[in-house]
Amino acid sequence: MLTYIIRRLIGALAMLIVVSMVTFGIFFVVPQWAGATPEALASRYVGRAATPETVHLVAERLGFYDPVVVQYGRFVKGIFTGAQYDYGAGVEQCPAPCFGYSFISGQPVWPDLVDRMPVTFSLAIGAAILWVLGGVAIGVLSALRRGSFFDRLSMGTALAGVSLPIFFTGMVSLVIFSYGLGWTPPGGAYTPLAENPALWAYDLLLPWITLAFLFAATYARLTRAGMLETMGEDYIRTARAKGLKEREVIVKHGLRAALTPILTLFGIDFGLLIGGAVLTETTYTLPGLGQYAILAIRNQDLPQVMGVVLVAALFVVVASLVVDLLYAVVDPRVRLS
Amino acid sequence: MSFLEVKDLKIHFPTDDGLVKSVDGLTFDLERGKTLGIVGESGSGKSVTSLGILGLHKGGRARISGEIWLDGEELNGASAEHVRGLRGKKMAMIFQDPLSSMHPYYTVGHQIIEAYRIHNDVSKQVARKHAIDMLGRVGIPEPARRVDSYPHEFSGGMRQRAMIAMALSCDPELLIADEPTTALDVTVQAQILDLMVDLQREFNSALIIITHDLGVVAELSDDILVMYGGKCIEYGPADSIFYRPEHPYTWGLLGSMPRLDREPTERLLPIKGSPPSLINVPPGCAFHPRCPYAERTQGKAETEVPALTETEGGHLVRCHMSRDERRGLWENEIKPVLETQ
Repeated sequence: MLTYIIRRLIGALAMLIVVSMVTFGIFFVVPQWAGATPEALASRYVGRAATPETVHLVAERLGFYDPVVVQYGRFVKGIFTGAQYDYGAGVEQCPAPCFGYSFISGQPVWPDLVDRMPVTFSLAIGAAILWVLGGVAIGVLSALRRGSFFDRLSMGTALAGVSLPIFFTGMVSLVIFSYGLGWTPPGGAYTPLAENPALWAYDLLLPWITLAFLFAATYARLTRAGMLETMGEDYIRTARAKGLKEREVIVKHGLRAALTPILTLFGIDFGLLIGGAVLTETTYTLPGLGQYAILAIRNQDLPQVMGVVLVAALFVVVASLVVDLLYAVVDPRVRLS
Repeated sequence: MSFLEVKDLKIHFPTDDGLVKSVDGLTFDLERGKTLGIVGESGSGKSVTSLGILGLHKGGRARISGEIWLDGEELNGASAEHVRGLRGKKMAMIFQDPLSSMHPYYTVGHQIIEAYRIHNDVSKQVARKHAIDMLGRVGIPEPARRVDSYPHEFSGGMRQRAMIAMALSCDPELLIADEPTTALDVTVQAQILDLMVDLQREFNSALIIITHDLGVVAELSDDILVMYGGKCIEYGPADSIFYRPEHPYTWGLLGSMPRLDREPTERLLPIKGSPPSLINVPPGCAFHPRCPYAERTQGKAETEVPALTETEGGHLVRCHMSRDERRGLWENEIKPVLETQ
């Protein structure tokens, strides 16, 4: 078990290193291959009116003439120990974890990310609770009443849920519930949980439901398929032969075995979401990581983009690590291999 | 009235292709402390019968008719909830493949404790002690340690022992073992059978062993019931069936048993053809397409279902041939061939 954990930890770490290299490569090396000079990179940090000499000086101070490996090393070092940036106008301190400075705002990236995390977390956790409970419950009921009206209705709805993009369902629900009925705020509203829990939930209700609808559809279908398979297993017959109540047969024996693939999918989905629910945050104009990523890309603000990509990658890796470890708890056969 | 009495049990499954008559008019009885062997090929209705007695077809698509009397109580007409309360407590079952029949995510102990606590209102600690005790009784070494093992950590024989421990945890009065040794190594088979017989004596329970191997039940059973196409075709005391079988199908089963004392060059006497489809059971005697003696009945085999008739003390046979004809064939044609082999 201990070796299993250590092996997974090493794997996760290696994954993060690779992701950081690839991201760094895409944002700093590929432009150079495409013909961007160190001066062109540096010119983004200085004003439009800067002379070529200033640009050259800044490029040198920011280390853009150094080999790529050295630049990457400096970037990684900055994350752990912090860094200093010299733009010519003075030295800026960037405390650890330093993901660099924004081209546009001139602010370090990390504090921006930290500011936006609670929004995305709130959105993701609330939606996750809704879609896991809803999706699994619907999936179980559909499997047990296979072919019934309920099964067809819920699987039809699930198909719609999987197929309809969030900017469509989001827009439609905004039109109906916010602008039409006036039940929910018309997007853009976010109240921190610590400030006013009721308002926090009220503001997020519609985004939660929209996001959960999309995911619940997948989970309902997966649960249904898993339950149909496990309920035909021999050990279900054994559980019934013991005289176990049918509800316990379904939940303790059937669902328990069907949960494993759901757990895997959940790890990946949740990890991706807390790295930024891009479409939902954009549709509802919520100031989360996803919206931040979109703004950063639109502004071609490379350090911001890199920061948000790396943080998202970290969440995905951590989430799948947690899932891997939970796997061993859920399925005892994993512990051996 | 016997402890277990099954009367004209019919279990039919409606399917898109037609009605599957898995069990079609089965009657037998069994006393406490006695063993019944139910023998037949795959698809003869053996397992469906056992699941039917346990009430595991209830609520499904099956159409069940007939009577199942257990200890003076009729089960077929009883509510599903009432039969559930009897399952595991009054009647228990051991399944064929202990690996797939035990839940892979729960420890062996957990599964025995669960079985015990369904019917006994005791704390987990008490149930755990009981589980360890049961594991010890079925011959699992270091039961206090193995109670926390998972099924996949056990060998096949150990798993079947654990399965038996689970089935016996509530002292059932009726124990049904569905092919309990088929999935096991030959060396382990005899151990498991011995264990079941020992425990049966200890608990004085009624035991039904379901198998396709007549050799398995010949020694252990008091009675043997041979099934073919959902019907009983020969039923009676084990000695009578084994030493004086009268149905051509039973002869075929005996001829299909490999024996160590045979010369390796000699061939088995297999039954020709394959078991009948349970949707289109052959008209008349279901066995007639495979029966080498079918032409002796002057066409009756194809048109008339033979009745189950008594040939000697409690020995019933479902065959169109006369008793003398069958006995003559057995003594003169079948027995000598089986013995010389």
